[in-house]
Amino acid sequence: MATVEDPRIVEFDVRTDEMLINMGPQHPSTHGVLRLVLRTDGEIVSETTPHIGYLHRCAEKIGENLTPRQWVPYTDRMDYLAGMNMNLGWALAVEKLMNLQLPEKAKHLRVIIAEMGRIASHLVGMGTYGLDLGSFSPFLYAFREREKILDLFEETCGARLTYSYLTPGGATADLPAGWLAKCEAFLDGLLPVIDECHALLTNNAIFVRRTAGIGVLPPEMAIDYGCTGPVLRGSGVDQDLRRDGEEWYTHMYDGYAFEVIVEKDGQYPKDHEYPPIPEAAELGDCWHRFYVRMLEVRQAIDLVRQAIDRYSTASGSYGEPIKLSQKLPKGEAYLETEAPRGQMGFYLVSDGSSIPWRVRARSSCFCNLSVTHELCRGVLLADVAAIVGSLDIVMGEIDR
Amino acid sequence: MSGTNLVDQLKAKFPDQVTGADLEAIDPWIAVRPEGLVDVCRFLKEDDQLRFDMLSCITCVDYFEPDEKKAAKVPWDPHLEVVYHLWSVPNKVSLVLKVMLPRWKDDTEGELPEVPSVAGVWRTADWHEREVYDLSGVRFTGHPDHKRILCPEDWVGHPLRKDYELPLEYHGIRGR
Repeated sequence: MATVEDPRIVEFDVRTDEMLINMGPQHPSTHGVLRLVLRTDGEIVSETTPHIGYLHRCAEKIGENLTPRQWVPYTDRMDYLAGMNMNLGWALAVEKLMNLQLPEKAKHLRVIIAEMGRIASHLVGMGTYGLDLGSFSPFLYAFREREKILDLFEETCGARLTYSYLTPGGATADLPAGWLAKCEAFLDGLLPVIDECHALLTNNAIFVRRTAGIGVLPPEMAIDYGCTGPVLRGSGVDQDLRRDGEEWYTHMYDGYAFEVIVEKDGQYPKDHEYPPIPEAAELGDCWHRFYVRMLEVRQAIDLVRQAIDRYSTASGSYGEPIKLSQKLPKGEAYLETEAPRGQMGFYLVSDGSSIPWRVRARSSCFCNLSVTHELCRGVLLADVAAIVGSLDIVMGEIDR
Repeated sequence: MSGTNLVDQLKAKFPDQVTGADLEAIDPWIAVRPEGLVDVCRFLKEDDQLRFDMLSCITCVDYFEPDEKKAAKVPWDPHLEVVYHLWSVPNKVSLVLKVMLPRWKDDTEGELPEVPSVAGVWRTADWHEREVYDLSGVRFTGHPDHKRILCPEDWVGHPLRKDYELPLEYHGIRGR
């Protein structure tokens, strides 16, 4: 009779064949309802298949039944961590179709709001990324600061997440009295917090070991998969629609001084003091994607300050929202904007009535996520969370 | 490069494939035949000057008016348009390609129209074509993984078709 000591039994007990592991859709590190099916060989992941659609709400079909202003709240619910930037993308696309020019003041107001939205969004991205990798404190600091932005946004429109503040034609209201001073005070208070986050994460030995050289995305592959935003720039591709996009969008940033955050000759823009790049980091890895976001927060602070100066002296009004049932000119227009997570495109086709014939949202995260199976090939199981976190996805935008 | 030049260049290179263009539109577009789509796309991507190396978006627009009274007044015959928004990272220029398709293959209702897949040219097309198939009902021949992406795999119909009707029941869940 065989005993436990019998080597044959012990050998039989340890399974060495491949195993399918289901991760999500309710897994905390999948950032929402993303489901990944992983084929694993021990600790090594040989194949990753993302399954999406758990948050599909037929936003495009709904858009075919509502006027552009009625659809604004649906854009909030796409990237719900950057609702203001979604509003802006849609508003600009509708204005492009209508050839509606905005007063100077409205443009600067939009820059203030859009860049504040970028800060809020990147703070969440950075905080939860630390959480994914087991570091809890930066998450608390980031959310504390983000909360202050939400308070500021609440003063402008009454909502904390789903704003519908920027609408085709301008904004629903002007900034309240005293808002700019509060905003500037907030920015002053944010600077030391960024340094704290850098100290806690950017050059933290454990964080670097978990992210540097992990999930390297070559620039050609990033372009081939349509990756945009910090994911593209983290791979060293010099593209930011605020500078390179269509005239209809870039004129908002005319005269603003900012450098695109991208590595050139082993260096990032030297406009401020940043922690150095660790030796283990490789262009296109998780660490670089994280670093680009951190630097963009600093860049956004500068942009908001410039916008506040211009807004205070600009002529004109904050813009007049178009009528709820405004008739649209016949035609079609497509416009991409630089949202925090990448290039967010809106396409609308109009037959001349007030309701668009077709509405389409080009999601940045949709494309950014589609590269997962390439990045997660042959990595350790624990690195899957590091890679997916570094893409900074929001499922509401992917599934729409 | 201006739009007119590009159209002339494409017409010279693919004389039978370019079927139309509107250079006065807000976003100027060029229409090509489905048969020539992959060749045109490969040329646009690989040409040294053009270098449209990024596919931003694929959209399908259904031109069909379900209301018979309104249908008599619309200025077009029922058809589908698959719209490709291209972008050149080195040149920072965009381009719109269109492919016109019948709503149903051989006019047989339920048979999906076909267009060749460009997933071999840009990998972005992989997921985007799956989404267009899922929601608008266009079959992409030669696609590496042709299945639904947003709706469940056993979903019936293509919701972004104008004549789509919501199912009355799905796995015991009542619709409408």
